[in-house]
Amino acid sequence: MSQKVLLNAKEVNIILHRLACQLIENHNDFSNTVLIGLQPRGVFLADRLAKILTEDYKVKNIKLGHLDITFYRDDFRRGEKTLQANTTKINFIVEDKNIVFVDDVLYTGRSIRAALTAIQSFGRPNEIELLTLIDRRFSRHLPIQPNYRGRQVDVINNEKVKVNWKEHDNEDSVYLIEK
Amino acid sequence: MSELSVNHLLGIKYLNKQDIQLIFETADHFKEVINRPIKKVPSLRDITIANLFFENSTRTKLSFELAEKRLSADVINFSSAQSSVKKGETLIDTVSNILSMKVDMVVMRHPNPGAGVFLSKHVNASIINAGDGAHEHPTQALLDSYSIRERLGDVKGKKVVIVGDILHSRVALSNIFALQLQGAQVMVCGPKTLIPKYIDKLGVKVETNLRKALNWCDVANMLRVQNERMDISYFPSTREYTQQFGVNKDLLDSLDKEITIMHPGPINRGVEITSDVADSKQSIILDQVQNGVAVRMAVIYLLASKIKQ
Repeated sequence: MSQKVLLNAKEVNIILHRLACQLIENHNDFSNTVLIGLQPRGVFLADRLAKILTEDYKVKNIKLGHLDITFYRDDFRRGEKTLQANTTKINFIVEDKNIVFVDDVLYTGRSIRAALTAIQSFGRPNEIELLTLIDRRFSRHLPIQPNYRGRQVDVINNEKVKVNWKEHDNEDSVYLIEK
Repeated sequence: MSELSVNHLLGIKYLNKQDIQLIFETADHFKEVINRPIKKVPSLRDITIANLFFENSTRTKLSFELAEKRLSADVINFSSAQSSVKKGETLIDTVSNILSMKVDMVVMRHPNPGAGVFLSKHVNASIINAGDGAHEHPTQALLDSYSIRERLGDVKGKKVVIVGDILHSRVALSNIFALQLQGAQVMVCGPKTLIPKYIDKLGVKVETNLRKALNWCDVANMLRVQNERMDISYFPSTREYTQQFGVNKDLLDSLDKEITIMHPGPINRGVEITSDVADSKQSIILDQVQNGVAVRMAVIYLLASKIKQ
């Protein structure tokens, strides 16, 4: 197993600030916008973006939620293991809101498909956008594209992109791991 | 630990501590799901479940059916009152007929102890025991423990007394197994005639004085007197039973601590507990009913994920 660095801490930081600015450009004061981090790994990115928006760009009242998509996945009973759920935390009304889904890596698009179904259980949003730190090109199984992307990468199928977060993995970095 | 150690839920006896932990963690997520505006998830859309009730049931049947429907499973219902069982068909034949219509999972209540185990050895489907005679009622015990965990934070170290007709109760046996597995202490309390001989061999305390039992416990699980299963008289009269083993507000208020009151239903108000107790803040009877759906969703989801395609 070999791995190489795609992004280091400094590069991740620059990208996060750019993504934050792009969000402000489109959503102004976030009065009608909610950020939804997708479990399990998208929530770290969503939490961090909310922190940057609040602390560095003085955006007030960011609404932040976590959405678990386990029960909406299309691969139930198709793998060896039982799919284990994570916590969903959405303490606000999503009806008529502008939602931004936040996930670390966009690969086949199937998770996003599940998230689109899952969010409907909470109401009818006005619109849904997608923000992703890493966009794996040419690997989509569904017609889903991000509205905001950190970095686009070409990765072959037996390689994996791993995003690390300071809060959870002791460093901010993105690795390309060959299996 | 990410999957159950069993392929069927036949009794708590067959589960281990990690299984219960996994069921509870999964039930936490389903409890969140059933409090959403839209309470349904599509996980089990390719699974068909047969509910076979060879004995009467209201809440268990409704609870299972609701759990199945909220997981998007297809559901067929069967009750022996209107079936060929009356015409002399055997259990295996009845179930095989149903399974040949491509059913993946069977939820069964049956008057004979061991009916679930028997069926699991003869048919190719995942079996959930929804009560077999006076033997086990595993999902009830799971939702009881889940409700204790929700109210008191943890089951471990808690003292639970099961009061009433222990002899005819499947809820009692499953609860004893489940509570002990999670490190709780269990006592049974009731008229001597309604406590099985040698039940102390299971490691439970036995008490015939209700006041002593309630002073000892953190939680009291009140059982119904199952008159329909009694072929002889086990106590002189219902009035006398109520005087000795019924819980009322005065008795609760006279204890030196506030205990939690549970009841698996159906309640005979005024017999084992009075209305003011059943509807008091100390009672978690309606929480038990709500948790029943979440716990059953968890059990069905976890068992279904082990059915190979």
